[in-house]
Order: sequence, then structure tokens, then C-alpha cells
Amino acid sequence: MTAAVEVRGLAYALPGDGRTLVQNVSFTVGLGETLVLLGRSGSGKTTTLKLINRLLEPTAGEVLVAGERTAALGYVIQEVGLFPHFTVAQNVGLVPRLERWPADRIAARVGELLALVGLDPSAFLARYPHQLSGGQRQRVGVARALAADPPLLLLDEPFGALDPITRVELQREFRGLERRLGKGMVFVTHDVREGLLLGTRIGLMQQGRLVFLGTPEEFRGSTEPEAVAFMSAADPGPMARG
Amino acid sequence: MSLLSFYSRNSAELLGLLWQHVYLVGVSTGAAIVVGVPLGIALTRLPAWRAPVLALANVFQTIPSLALFGFLIPVFGIGAWTAITALIVYALLPIIRNTYTGIAGVDPAVREAGRGMGMTDGELLRLVELPLAAGVILAGIRVATVVSVGVATIGAAIGAGGLGVYIFRGVATVDDTLIMAGALPAALLALAADAVLGIAERRLAWQR
Repeated sequence: MTAAVEVRGLAYALPGDGRTLVQNVSFTVGLGETLVLLGRSGSGKTTTLKLINRLLEPTAGEVLVAGERTAALGYVIQEVGLFPHFTVAQNVGLVPRLERWPADRIAARVGELLALVGLDPSAFLARYPHQLSGGQRQRVGVARALAADPPLLLLDEPFGALDPITRVELQREFRGLERRLGKGMVFVTHDVREGLLLGTRIGLMQQGRLVFLGTPEEFRGSTEPEAVAFMSAADPGPMARG
Repeated sequence: MSLLSFYSRNSAELLGLLWQHVYLVGVSTGAAIVVGVPLGIALTRLPAWRAPVLALANVFQTIPSLALFGFLIPVFGIGAWTAITALIVYALLPIIRNTYTGIAGVDPAVREAGRGMGMTDGELLRLVELPLAAGVILAGIRVATVVSVGVATIGAAIGAGGLGVYIFRGVATVDDTLIMAGALPAALLALAADAVLGIAERRLAWQR
């Protein structure tokens, strides 16, 4: 299996007080694989993601994306961050434009991607982000991240701000998308159900360390205390079921 | 003597002074934009410089205009360049501050998404931050210009010309008509600059 990203001995300490946010994290994500980084708030999963796309510089270790040290990545965040002064077409076509694709190729790519994320291009191309619902915005966010066909897609709680119905809808569609795209994905979430649904592997983080790495099946059966805590949180238990 | 008959008899002089006034304001504001906008951008990249630079610009702003003209005479002598330098100093603060505020006010998620996809700092600035901040930056330029039109009248005191010439001459001779002859076109000029830049500001401000 070709590696989409290889992370070796990654560590990050805050420049100010030297507090360590991530220590000795190593994993490899192959093409067609989705690694879900699961963990509580502050466990270092978002920091790990930012180290992969160079928003933060690691204090130790290295990141190789598709075998290279620098490569364009797809990046999707909870707040989406669409460019408010650009139309949907301009938002999705931005990275190809920066890479100087010819205009007709960009237009074709944008149309193809909007269809892929379930938006009718004729209805959405000319709209601005503020004219979209939360779910539509995140669909555009995913399309934008895929635009330049990066080998690796990084997603930081992309569905976290959506209402529960839209969230489930997007999770289901995303599952289909993962299979069709064949890209490597690193997906950060604190929602264990989402993680088990979307991940081909689960990486559990606790206090900056990767305390478990394995398939969803292995995760369900794990005796690692933090994994057990997450599994019992996902299952409300007899009391809550009433 | 009424204002109208004064103007009809001195129309050539009025136009000359009006032109000098526009020249003083135009050159100084232009220079302040050339210096202030890049400086404001730099402040968004160099947080350590922010407080000292803004404090310095603030201090300049508090110096009374006549005193500032006085300080600059030994350096630049009497004439338009002293006035222009003083006007630049006054125009810098609103332009630097609004450039900084406009860019700092861009949604951090937008910036993070851009950087995370591999946009360089220059690309982010050119394609995202400056277009989104354009309305706020132009508002700063507008304030600077309007203030400049007013302050430039004092330039006449140091031989820089402009509409202040009538005002100072009127004060010296206790002639209300003469004071009005300078003050009225200066006020109209300020209003006109405000209106034109206001339209540009609304055009440039990205529509939500």
C-alpha cells in the first residue's frame, strides 16, 4: 500500500512555556485509508493535524506526505472558513487557480467536485457562502479541499457544528466518498460513533500521546482504559436507556 | 463686500488657492497611503511592533498642528514641503490603524483554511486579506483625507498656500467675508472628499 502520509516520532511543545502538546506520535496512512484521531478536548489531535499541514512546526519528528516533505493538502475545518468574498465556484477553484490550471480545466473540475459532494453546479456555482446553509457550506468546504486532487485530506471535526440530522446525512455521504476517492484521510473527532463509522483505523490520543492504534473492531474490544471510557460513553447503558 | 462679488473679482486667485489646497492634501495623503498601508500590513505580521508603532503614530496625532509646522520649519524651511510632511504625519495614524484593524478582523477560520491548503502568505494577503479589509482601509484613508483638508488650511501660516491664505488674511484684517471666502470652499472640499471616498468605500467593501 502506498503511504499518503507517514508521521514519525512527531512532537510539539509550546514555544512559550515549553508545555508539550504532542509527544512521540507515529503512524502511516495509506491511500484509501481513513485514520480517525479520536480523543478528548486538549488531547493533541488538532495539534497533530496542524503539524501535518505545517500550520505548526514540529519540535521533533517528521511528516512525509506522499513521500515528500512539502505537498499541497486538502484541509477541512469545523468553521469551514470559506472565502466570503468569493462565489462557490471561486472558492472551490482557488487552489487550482493558484497552481495555474487553464480556466476551462478549473471550470470542469469545479463542476465535477460540486456534483461529487451532492450540490447541483448550475444552482450553486454563482452563490456566495452567506447564501448557503451550514451543511451546504461544509460540502463546498470538502469540494474545495479536493480541488487540486491532493493525495491526503485532513479533516478537523468537519461535521461538528452541524445539526444532528445534517450531520448524519453528511457522515453517510462522506463514507461513500472515502471509498470512491481512494485518498488518504486523517479525520479528527471527539465523537466515537462518528469515528467508528468513518475510520478504517482509529488512533486514540490522550495527553498528547497515541495510546491506541488499530481497526474499529480492535478498538471495540480494547482494554486500554481511555478506549473503554470512550466506548462506555458511546453506549448510554441501562440507566440512560430507562 | 459680499462673498459672491469677492469671488467674481478674484476667481483666478481662488482657483489657484483651491488647486494648491488639493495639491497639499493629495500629495500628503498619497504619500501616507504608500507608507501607511504597508506598515499596517507589517504590523499584522510582527505583533511585537504593533504597540510601539501605534503609540508613536498616536503621539504624532496629539501634537497641535501649528506646533508641528513650527517644529518642521528648521528641517524643511518655509513652504509646501513642510506642510506636506506635517500632513503625512497626521494622515499616517488612521491609515496604519485601519489597515491593521481591517486585516486583523478577517475571520481566523478563513485564514487557517487558506494556510492549511497551502496558500503562501503573499497569496493569502493579496487574494483574501486585502480584499476583505479594503472597506476598512478605505475608511481610514477617508478619515485621513477629511482631516487633511482641515489641517491644510493652517499651511498658509508657513507659506504653503492653499485656502488658508484667505482665512489668515481675513483674521489679520478682521474681515469676516475674507475668512468665509477661505473657510467655505475648504469645508465644501472636505465634504466632497468625504462623499467621493464614501462611495468608493461602499463599492470596495465586500457585500455580505
